[in-house]
Amino acid sequence: MTDLPNSLRTGPDDRGHFGQFGGRYVAETLMPLILDLEREYRTAQADPAFKAEFDDLLKNYVGRPSPLWCAQRFTDHLGGAKIYLKREDLNHTGAHKINNCIGQILLAKRMGKTKIIAETGAGQHGVATATVAALFGLPCTIFMGAVDVARQQPNVFRMKLLGAEVVAVESGAKTLKDAMNEALRHWVANVHDTFYIIGTVAGPHPYPELVRDFQSVIGDEAKAQILEAEGRLPDMLIAPVGGGSNAIGLFHPFLDDASVEIVGVEAAGEGLDGKHAASLAGGRPGILHGNKTYLLQDEDGQITEAHSISAGLDYPGIGPEHSWLHDIGRVRYEPVTDAEALASFQKLTKLEGIIPALESAHAIAAAERIAPTLGKDKIIIVNCSGRGDKDIFTVADALGVAL
Amino acid sequence: MTRFAAIFAKPQTALIAFITAGDGDTAANLDALVAGGADVIELGMPFTDPMADGPAIQAANLRSLAKGTTTADIFAIAAAFRSRHPDTPLVLMGYANPMTVRGPEWFAAECAKAGVDGIICVDIPSEEDAELGPALRAAGVDLIRLATPTTDPARLPAVLEGAGGFLYYVSVAGITGLQQAAQASIEEAVTRLKAATDLPVAVGFGVRTPDQAAQIARVADGVVVGSAFIDIIAEHGDAAAPHVEAFTRSLADAIHGAKEIAA
Repeated sequence: MTDLPNSLRTGPDDRGHFGQFGGRYVAETLMPLILDLEREYRTAQADPAFKAEFDDLLKNYVGRPSPLWCAQRFTDHLGGAKIYLKREDLNHTGAHKINNCIGQILLAKRMGKTKIIAETGAGQHGVATATVAALFGLPCTIFMGAVDVARQQPNVFRMKLLGAEVVAVESGAKTLKDAMNEALRHWVANVHDTFYIIGTVAGPHPYPELVRDFQSVIGDEAKAQILEAEGRLPDMLIAPVGGGSNAIGLFHPFLDDASVEIVGVEAAGEGLDGKHAASLAGGRPGILHGNKTYLLQDEDGQITEAHSISAGLDYPGIGPEHSWLHDIGRVRYEPVTDAEALASFQKLTKLEGIIPALESAHAIAAAERIAPTLGKDKIIIVNCSGRGDKDIFTVADALGVAL
Repeated sequence: MTRFAAIFAKPQTALIAFITAGDGDTAANLDALVAGGADVIELGMPFTDPMADGPAIQAANLRSLAKGTTTADIFAIAAAFRSRHPDTPLVLMGYANPMTVRGPEWFAAECAKAGVDGIICVDIPSEEDAELGPALRAAGVDLIRLATPTTDPARLPAVLEGAGGFLYYVSVAGITGLQQAAQASIEEAVTRLKAATDLPVAVGFGVRTPDQAAQIARVADGVVVGSAFIDIIAEHGDAAAPHVEAFTRSLADAIHGAKEIAA
């Protein structure tokens, strides 16, 4: 089905571009490795043994398929469309991040790489990477902004327990984008033996493509599950978007289903006229971290700092395929503020007994806004991309509660 | 004859000196580089996210941006340099986003207007040449390409396609200012590159002392020194110019005489 001439699922082109977005904007030192990775990925895609090992790990290690939960009390409370939650929070390590890490570490193994590196913001991708590195017995270094290290101590300790070395990055604003800069600096000096597990659908081609493919298990499962539960496709999908890997994973299998409306939710932080992380609503196309995409930047092309209560959305860019889907209008991107996400975090917890990640709470908030405007015969699938246990300190702080 | 051609036509190896625009008293430091004997100037365009740079140049980028350096300021520095030093080639070196944010044609036109001879863009490999290359070539500004230890023979022709000015050999797989490559590997690489192109070959990354520079100068057409200048500017701030000039002279003496000693 991906070969249909009018399909929206055929991207990127052979140079890694989604329309004007994507590409391979990296230092020459990295180019040969990027080309190697692409070749290796193509052979892996054609190798049934690769897919079999990936599927087996997702089933028996990650715990897939993740359930599609009909959130009846939440639905009744909102009084509109019926809401299903795709329970990525129930995966091993507590979020969708592990799906991608399993895929990439299998690629690392195929390429004979013996060391693993990754960047992390809140620490979820760092924990997922450290987890698969432990599983495969490979040494692992995680780059994390010093500010994030200070505010995400539980995840730092988790990574260390898993055997990873955590490098506190002191450059720049000491958050996620600086962690990514430092990971790239380390990689460029160690390309011969090191595999960089990028955590989202960004970076140089082929990363946006392969991360999307590994995450598309989310949408493939959701489609089968909703057909079984309801006998039809949903009317709408909603997912939070930082870099956008959980969102593209849910969206991609539905892109050619024209009846399905698709909504991505950007972090509007303190509001779009204040500090935020909404690259599409408040940014312009530019080049950073290996790809062309919408970026928060000033008129000279200097990157501006992002802000979100959710550390996982606190990044001044977005995956290039999202930029393309935004430009062609297939996906509608809406902003949700810190305050809205915080309210929805609490509401879902009380009504469904599910503590969502603050990232996921942004999508829940959009559902709260949209569901009452739709009839009760409509169906929405919301990606509950992660669990919120990691966020209880942030939430307590925001609510003025001392733990 | 272009300014590059005039410099590289000389029998001696060229000293190519890098400093970051807007870090310290840039105009005074540029004059000091020329007075000390630098043959080509690389002026770094500061960027918030200098992914290919080590700690010294990262810090220089942040110092410059913290002072409010804009792209317009950099072109003003370049234009003023050109009027003071009509013969010294001037290269702008930086990252893709500040160079392309107003469109490549705008950037190329500003370069031409300011008397900039060449551009080094760290994160536009030959695969993405369309982003900047055609506009620069149309404006008569050389796009200086980078070759690295990972650039294999199969890739090299693509790297050289559309390249101008000189070929910059990044002698270590790594970031600026840290370790130095083994002399033998540099000699092997320069020989290989010179067999593949008529462009002069300059070697940089990790070159910090006159002795290192002299060794490389025996085989290369140019030697690039950057982080060592940045360290001087970091230490002396706005009063760095005399120190920059003295260090430049020590490098220039070592580099300019290297081929005679080797012969």
